Amino acid sequence: MDQTRRNVLRAGGGASLFALLAAAGMLQPEAAFAADWNQKAFAAKNVKDALDALGAGNPANSNDIIMTAPEIAENGAVVPVAAESKIPGTESIAFLIAKNPTALAASFDIPAGTEAAVSTRVKLAQTTDVHVLVKAQGKYYMTKKEIKVTIGGCGG
Amino acid sequence: MADPMRIRAKAKDGGVNVKILMAHEMETGQRKDSAGKPIPAHFIQHVSVTWQGKVVLSANWGPAISKNPFLEFDFKGGKKGDKIQVTWTDNKGDTRTDEATIN
Repeated sequence: MDQTRRNVLRAGGGASLFALLAAAGMLQPEAAFAADWNQKAFAAKNVKDALDALGAGNPANSNDIIMTAPEIAENGAVVPVAAESKIPGTESIAFLIAKNPTALAASFDIPAGTEAAVSTRVKLAQTTDVHVLVKAQGKYYMTKKEIKVTIGGCGG
Repeated sequence: MADPMRIRAKAKDGGVNVKILMAHEMETGQRKDSAGKPIPAHFIQHVSVTWQGKVVLSANWGPAISKNPFLEFDFKGGKKGDKIQVTWTDNKGDTRTDEATIN
């Protein structure tokens, strides 16, 4: 019995030391960003789980999100994608790729004064729907487009 | 230490167009090496762009962003001669900041 108590105390001590280090800023920046980087959303294997982890629930389809991407991507490792939101008060834009090993590719926070439009390049494992999720005034909107891939971007 | 980013910031119509090219492997963790061992994931998780101390864009990324990531966006208010700073941090805690002048 005593042994159990000792272990519990030791575990408790370790946890508080960790908290102390974190508070003092002694840990890697990685740890500091961990709170910001939504581990659960980025680990989600499909779009629905990713939406749940982002707290987006069931977003409404919107024609006010304009997504620019090729119909056919010859090389899935480098696919240019761009999204523009015409929804007033857009706070964030996220890209979700349905058939990638993990669905959420990127999430951009758009502060006031920045245009609600971003371009980047993503990897597609195979032909897939790419979704753009927009958060505006606390509500979520989504649009999607299928991109055909002739060579995947995630294999080796 | 990672290679410098290439940043182009151009003033136009009362705003600034920013294009950034980062040098990073963006390893997904899905691939295996020739011996069949998985190659550990190594990718940029967080990017932020500041102008005059104000964050004009911040992003969280997963490994699905392409190798040597590209990013383009526009913000209002910047003018020629102002500086912008871009910082990324990857999942191993590596970080890099580069500065560019708006022209």
